Amino acid sequence: MTVKTIVLRVDGTNCDVELVEAFRQAGAQTERIHINELIREKYSLEEYHILAIPGGFSYGDYVAAGKLLANDLKYRLRKDVEQFIDQSKPILGICNGFQALVKAGFLPALDGRREQQATLATNDKALFIDRWIYLKHENQGTCIFTKSLDNQLYVPVNHGEGKFVMKESDIQRLEESDQIVFRYVNPKGELAGYPWNPNGSVSNIAGICDEHGTILGLMPHPEKYIHRYQHPFWTRLSELEFSGWLPLFKNAVDYARRRFL
Amino acid sequence: MPPPAMWIVGIGHKGVTIDPHVQEVSKVIDDLGIQGVDQIECIKVYAIIGTPTEKEIKTICKKLLVDQLIQYHRYTSPEGSLLDLIIDKEENGTWLALIQYRPGVTDPSEERIKDGIRVLGIESVYSVTTASLYLFKGRLTNQILETICEKVLANDVIQVHSTCELGRCNKSNLGIYGAPTDDASDKPEASSHVLAEEISICEAGDADLMSISKGWRLSLNLEEMKTIQKHYSAEGRNPTDVELNTIAQTWSEHCYHKTFKIPVETDDEKINGLLKTYIMRATKELNKPWCISTFIDNAGIVEFDEEYGIAVKVETHNHPTALDPFGGAGTGTGGVLRDIMGVGAKPILSTNILFFGLLDTPHNKLPKGLLHPIRMMKGAVAGIADYGNKMGIPTANGAIFFDEGYLYNPLVFAGSVGIMPRTKYVRNPQPGDIILVVGGKTGMDGIHGVTFASAELSEETQSLGSAVQIGNPVEEKKVLEGLLRARDKYEKPLYSAVTDCGGGGLSSAIGETARGSGAVVNLEKIPLKHRGMKPWQIWISESQERMMLAVPKENVEEIIKIFEEENCEATPIGQFTDTKRLVLHYQDEVVGNIDLEFLHRGVPLLPRQAHWEREKFPEPESKEKTLGKYIKLILSSPNVASKEWVIRQYDHEVQANTIINPLQGVHCDGPGDACVLKPVVDSWRGIVVSNGANPRYSIDPYNMALSVIDEALRNNICCGGRRIAILDNFSWGNPERPDQLGKLFDAVRGCYDASLGFGTPFISGKDSLYNEYIQEDGKAVAIPPTLVITAVGIIPDIRNAVTMDVKEAGNPLYIVGETFDELGGSHYYAVRGFVGNNVPTVRFKTAKTNMDSLILAIDAGLVKACHDCSEGGIGIVAAEMAFAGDLGIHLELGSVPSKMTQNDKILFSESNSRFIVEIAESRATEFEELMHGAVCVKIGKVIDAQKLVIDGVDGEVIVEEPLNALKEDWQSTFRW
Repeated sequence: MTVKTIVLRVDGTNCDVELVEAFRQAGAQTERIHINELIREKYSLEEYHILAIPGGFSYGDYVAAGKLLANDLKYRLRKDVEQFIDQSKPILGICNGFQALVKAGFLPALDGRREQQATLATNDKALFIDRWIYLKHENQGTCIFTKSLDNQLYVPVNHGEGKFVMKESDIQRLEESDQIVFRYVNPKGELAGYPWNPNGSVSNIAGICDEHGTILGLMPHPEKYIHRYQHPFWTRLSELEFSGWLPLFKNAVDYARRRFL
Repeated sequence: MPPPAMWIVGIGHKGVTIDPHVQEVSKVIDDLGIQGVDQIECIKVYAIIGTPTEKEIKTICKKLLVDQLIQYHRYTSPEGSLLDLIIDKEENGTWLALIQYRPGVTDPSEERIKDGIRVLGIESVYSVTTASLYLFKGRLTNQILETICEKVLANDVIQVHSTCELGRCNKSNLGIYGAPTDDASDKPEASSHVLAEEISICEAGDADLMSISKGWRLSLNLEEMKTIQKHYSAEGRNPTDVELNTIAQTWSEHCYHKTFKIPVETDDEKINGLLKTYIMRATKELNKPWCISTFIDNAGIVEFDEEYGIAVKVETHNHPTALDPFGGAGTGTGGVLRDIMGVGAKPILSTNILFFGLLDTPHNKLPKGLLHPIRMMKGAVAGIADYGNKMGIPTANGAIFFDEGYLYNPLVFAGSVGIMPRTKYVRNPQPGDIILVVGGKTGMDGIHGVTFASAELSEETQSLGSAVQIGNPVEEKKVLEGLLRARDKYEKPLYSAVTDCGGGGLSSAIGETARGSGAVVNLEKIPLKHRGMKPWQIWISESQERMMLAVPKENVEEIIKIFEEENCEATPIGQFTDTKRLVLHYQDEVVGNIDLEFLHRGVPLLPRQAHWEREKFPEPESKEKTLGKYIKLILSSPNVASKEWVIRQYDHEVQANTIINPLQGVHCDGPGDACVLKPVVDSWRGIVVSNGANPRYSIDPYNMALSVIDEALRNNICCGGRRIAILDNFSWGNPERPDQLGKLFDAVRGCYDASLGFGTPFISGKDSLYNEYIQEDGKAVAIPPTLVITAVGIIPDIRNAVTMDVKEAGNPLYIVGETFDELGGSHYYAVRGFVGNNVPTVRFKTAKTNMDSLILAIDAGLVKACHDCSEGGIGIVAAEMAFAGDLGIHLELGSVPSKMTQNDKILFSESNSRFIVEIAESRATEFEELMHGAVCVKIGKVIDAQKLVIDGVDGEVIVEEPLNALKEDWQSTFRW
């Protein structure tokens, strides 16, 4: 039996195909499923071990990025999603998927309260931005996705509403409970402003997990850098200098295999 | 049940964080030099119409509309007014501006918000409209506020704005459309029965015929009107408005491309159609086995490998962009993506090449209603980004040009590349197959788009709101998902034909597909946005995000279900027949019954004259020393300067196939020559896409054509592309003027010669003519003749792809190709205030040898970096390669193969077919042997110093500039 991943799509999802590919290469049997097929109970979340919510512009991101998808998860699939979480099955939200998880209150869910505690707002520069940036991996071991990851990684961001906003005091608590996973840094690994922090995120936060570390959300796109030739200046690099993001997906698959098979 | 009422909700930004949108607005206001604004606030307004309770409104606010961490909300009861949203604002010194869409212009967000409300379990809302309310504090006047609305906040073509000083406002001057009394709030499903009208042309005289053509905005000339008159007199009846409009659409320049089909008479020859005689003939003579479909379908198709085909199309969307840059450019992208879908391919790349007026054009020089080039550019870029990013298509190749000639007529060339399994390509509709319209509903937007495209712009056309279309990329994404599922569910697609509803709407989509067979359509079955549309409007509307499918009866149910699962409407509206007639019903009436033979072959093609005289321009004196300042001037000129500000707004990684980015080098900011895609997961084979254009060469259209084709090929080869197919896109002035047609004739001849000379076939093309503006004094201003070439090559192994940034100090630099005295239209002359005359030409034999040898060197892995040596000449190219690689370069002009002796001419000549190449030091001899027979000489090396040094022909230093200074000049122009 193999680990089964569901890549959940809705109208306007557009990073689903590459996310499927990342999980396939990580060894999971992976399916693209439209949310209608869950709502109409043609498929059920139960059949899967990992839930991945890709990037894109769900329902056009009208009202606010990820908001309408968040309400789908909250009001139409709540029971299934909460059951999934309570079984400690991994959930990964990338970009628009991250925005949805946060606005639905599944992240960061401090004290296990599933209500919106943070948000992802319009970039300070008020424009969509496509740029490769550096992430510092800051998690101390809570997040099941990022164990053994390098502590500095290169990755593209592609978004217009990625500014992480949360009360200062709550951010402290995120740190205390080891829920901060990635921060934007400059090439030297130091916290820095624009362009290294591409959207003005508070305390440079790029990705967070829930208190159990089984739900991960991040604005950058690890699924866009799983082979060497996706690196923006691979023509300058030797074979050895490749460090893609496949390990993140493998970690999730290995975790699911150990835990559920 | 109580009567429907309107609740108004306002969402404002909390003080805790800045509102980036407001910041942008105030920046633009400052840039315009508008004074007196101290503070701006923006409130998003939702008008919710229906019978909700107050409790339901509260729920909608809290659970859907407001993000409480950064926003606050207020709402007013139906009795209240907009002002209740801002009761806490102090009255004096506060001004209001309300911006909303015109009634009838559909805001794509409204349907989604309605769905979002239903998700909350609330069924009592039947329509939502949105608006923006701006609050200004400061020393302001109505005049200032009007200017702000006009120049910054609103586009009157699609929006209305109302302003007032707080305290002097009332419900009437701050009314919101969509109130239950307004037409816009009518349930879109509802549609009233309107008859088709008979147009009496049979007895009409010439004058009447022309006034009918004008009155209906048909853009048909007298000869065409008479032909129609003759045809209908023979049928013994008058045409209906539906029929007349159908003919006008089909015969329009946009759909029929008359100018490329008519006989053309020059002073010394007479040819029968530019397209057949030159462009298509070149393809025919080259007869490449890897061309799968050329010129006949929505897109050209070439071979990728045994299994897959590559579909390519480039379209123009000029007139709509002039009116509404965001919507016009965005739907230009949306339209060309549908062309790719229209052959059953999946779009994997979006490209765009843009032309605007000079950015420093004084505002007081703009005629009324014309948008400033900066606003045009920002709007067009935002529109392209919005559409491409939301569709999930990487935008990874393009260019932007500036010239005063584009002030009135900006140009947008939107292109797309798609990939498809070759076995899935079908175009075989059978009589009896059902006609399905899928995607968006049909509305008043975009009526007469194509006939309007054959009319010159003027102040009057600036108010032609109905020709503007509003894009909804997510709707199109749903169509794409459904289409691919219908294509791939079984071995054969569930449809027998598919085509895009673009120019001419359903009238041309169905008319074209029914060609040679026939069709019956029931117009009342077509889903509508607004009620009260007339049959002819439904039939020719160019509403976006619609496609037409021909589906065998037995598959209809299944295919509708697939689209339904994608939340996408698919509606049977008729059937293909074998009657050779296009029969249109509205309910039980026949509103049109058109002879398809006449529709497609009846258009009279009158010969036109082509003649123009070449102008002679003064030549500047040569300059020998301190040429560095010209390199800096050229680097900072808008046509050459870094477009990073634009490129980063486009997603170039989505789909994760982008192997070579538009931004290259150690800091990801060097100007790449082409982009490379790896579209198939288990194959190293890649697609290389590049373009060429150069309106400064339009003083010599023949050599312009040679040059831009050479440039497109060069750019492609720089990254490792070969086996290249090209597309031609012409944007020209009024071809009824002999001089315009004369220049077009020369350019088309150039296309033929270059296509054969390089052995590169044309696979598709498009033209947009009549790009002229009629000034108040009646004088017509035409754009510079503009030819855009898009080149699509393949690279057998993307691991051999090359970028333009230099890699390692010590490596030798070579120039491939000879440099001639060809500075006509060059950047060097431009920054010195000259035009010159001798536009670069192409010597095909040596050019081809050079290019073929270079490809061998790239495949052998010898080439570290390669950059197209054109715009600005050797000095500019070296500077770009240097700062992209963060390493210095030292060149010796004395070694450059050329008969010239003046430093500036060698340095700044833009001769074609040249490359600057970096080779690994250890493999230099290997490279030289491989290049034996080609023109290829070592002219310098990469140095471990942060500067560009160039020695003149006599060995003296003529350029020595620090890299950071050069890069700053190049980047600062568009650091917006």
